[in-house]
Amino acid sequence: MNIIVCVKQVPDAKDVRLDPKTNTLAREGVASIMNPYDQHAVEEAVRLKESLGGAVTVVTMGPPQAEAVLRQAISCGADSGVLVSDRAFAGADTWATSYTLAKAITTLGAFDLVLCGKQAIDGDTAQVGPGLGVRLGIPFVTCVQKVRCADTKGLVVERMMDDGYDVVKVDYPALLTVVKDVNEPRVPSLKGTMKAKKAVIRTMNAVEINADPALIGLPGSPTQVVKVFPPEPRGERCLLTGTIDEQVEQLVGKLRPYLL
Amino acid sequence: MLHVDKDLCIGCGICEEQCSFGAIKVLDGTAVVGDACTLCGACVEACDVGALALTGTEKSRKMELGDWSGVWVYCEFRRGALASVSLELLGIGRRLADLRGVGLCAVLIGHETGDTAAGLIGHGADTVYRVDAPALAHFTDEAYGAVLTSLIREYRPEIVLAGATAMGRSFIPGVATELDTGLTADCTKLEIRAGDGALLQTRPAFGGNIMATIECPATRPQMATVRPRVMKALECDPQRTGKIIDVTPAPEQLQSRIQVLESVVAEGGNVNIQESDILVAGGRGLDNEKGFGLIRRLAGSLNGDVAASRAAVDAGWIPYPHQVGQTGKTVGPKLYIACGISGAIQHVAGMQSADTIVAINRDKNAPIFDVADFGIVGDLYEIIPKLITKIEELRGV
Ligand SMILES: Cc1cc2nc3c(=O)[nH]c(=O)nc-3n(C[C@H](O)[C@H](O)[C@H](O)COP(=O)(O)OP(=O)(O)OC[C@H]3O[C@@H](n4cnc5c(N)ncnc54)[C@H](O)[C@@H]3O)c2cc1C
Ligand SMILES: Nc1ncnc2c1ncn2[C@@H]1O[C@H](COP(=O)(O)O)[C@@H](O)[C@H]1O
Repeated sequence: MNIIVCVKQVPDAKDVRLDPKTNTLAREGVASIMNPYDQHAVEEAVRLKESLGGAVTVVTMGPPQAEAVLRQAISCGADSGVLVSDRAFAGADTWATSYTLAKAITTLGAFDLVLCGKQAIDGDTAQVGPGLGVRLGIPFVTCVQKVRCADTKGLVVERMMDDGYDVVKVDYPALLTVVKDVNEPRVPSLKGTMKAKKAVIRTMNAVEINADPALIGLPGSPTQVVKVFPPEPRGERCLLTGTIDEQVEQLVGKLRPYLL
Repeated sequence: MLHVDKDLCIGCGICEEQCSFGAIKVLDGTAVVGDACTLCGACVEACDVGALALTGTEKSRKMELGDWSGVWVYCEFRRGALASVSLELLGIGRRLADLRGVGLCAVLIGHETGDTAAGLIGHGADTVYRVDAPALAHFTDEAYGAVLTSLIREYRPEIVLAGATAMGRSFIPGVATELDTGLTADCTKLEIRAGDGALLQTRPAFGGNIMATIECPATRPQMATVRPRVMKALECDPQRTGKIIDVTPAPEQLQSRIQVLESVVAEGGNVNIQESDILVAGGRGLDNEKGFGLIRRLAGSLNGDVAASRAAVDAGWIPYPHQVGQTGKTVGPKLYIACGISGAIQHVAGMQSADTIVAINRDKNAPIFDVADFGIVGDLYEIIPKLITKIEELRGV
């Protein structure tokens, strides 16, 4: 089994705050982490490898420091890491990102399974996984919450829907995106940490993945950000006053429109 | 690239202040751009001395935009019912179509859709493309994607909207990729720019910490998934007339390499909280599983449904389909009552578009009060029973 996992380095969302003075995202001192969903993707890949044999390769597109998430994945059981990095990739939207990742993955050779997180917590788009599936010409299943069984031919998985879940069967090659319920990621072992430290990370630039310059980065991205701004504040906070009974009374008064 | 003209830059730091991503810093008197730069251009606009410029922003691929006309809405149909977001999309779609002076088409994909298509016309569609086939009874990304892609290729709409639901967010990205065009996820606002008629798509990012407006300048269609419960559906007008066109998909479009073995409605989750008008949500402040008994009673007295914070779901007090927030569902009810929920940004991201928010929390500094329209500081175990009594009195139960 050749398993590819796409991981992304993102700012730690719980530390990202809107600076009330400047109305901008205060990212001073915000740590970069592996996208939380991707940690579950790595874990699932390692579990599949452990039961079916094979190798897990983690791939990220990002600046040189994104190498850190590849090492983290290796410390958790992945075998090798590939950093797809080039100034020319800057400003890529999900369309150009999925193109770039597909080119990189194809360059790496044959694979059975590609795993992605459901979404990256910076952009929250959840579009790269399906886009990558289409580009690789393989079936994809999004929001997988459980792998029911897997053998060397294919998988049966539960994919989350708004009102429950669907149980679906798919043969390799295929792509899955996973949600957090799929597993509990392990903590890196000491041996894993040592291995990650020593691992040689392969890097590939736009030329090495044979990317068409017209399809990468900002010029290759169909979408364009025109404006970034803070969300509108929700008006004044209004704490009711008086005794609890009085407050309840007032609240019921306010809720009247919903009670009829 | 974001280019800094070192001769012009005076190191004033305005760009640094303007950058939402902390990607530009003044070092030794000149602005230096870091890797976090998303090329959004906010700094370029803010720079008083014209020292900053975005270069190479020209899109390399261009389509003949004039060939594309009309607004389309993909109408989601599952388990024999139309998702309510479809009607909301027809509401905003009608507005966009009128502004553009073009028609509004609905695409209905599924099986045994009955008289659903007629209802879509009542809610604003001029034309419905109905693709009703046994092979489409279960949702698969491949078949739904192939059917929609082929319709878009044939009729060339300028705008395609779909709900940001589990289905929409799964197969629409594949469709946009096939069509080589842009897609904006989970939009909360859609406008037409005066002048060139471009679709401006606004969406939250970073768990709602920041808003971004996005356009798709050079390719068509302009595609967006739209968050449920944000747009308003039109009243159904049974007098409205329109065309229903039955489309027979080519057999190869109906093939799927994914086989649906079973479709399960989640236990205790048969309520899709995204469809609810009134939600009563419980958090860690309930302290135990039994607390949800109280939450259920309050919800019952209001004819509402039950939601939860992640802390409550993680504690195993209530199943995941009830979770609201960044990693749960985005809801937009008329009324949201948060009980024993602190209001972490990841929770607020999923409920801030509710019309009215009520918070009950014993910590007067809890951030939930910042988004609440009405807040009561106190013990929920004291307040909620009183609230239920009052509501039942008023309702004459
Ligand atoms: C990447 C990421 C994604 C996340 N996604 C989500 C998500 O989708 N949804 C989500 O909800 N969270 C999410 N979280 C978690 C989020 O950060 C918070 O931890 C969570 O929302 C807290 O839940 P809570 O408000 O119920 O609990 P707490 O933060 O513990 O708050 C409990 C509140 O109850 C009050 N209280 C206690 N007892 C009483 C009483 N008797 N009467 C009245 N008030 C009382 C307390 O004052 C407190 O304010 C996410 C976190 C991360 C890092
Ligand atoms: N730059 C990237 N490098 C590697 N994987 C990525 C990248 N961007 C997105 N992904 C993958 O695609 C998933 C969805 O991301 P997104 O569509 O950006 O929300 C992530 O969880 C990753 O698995």
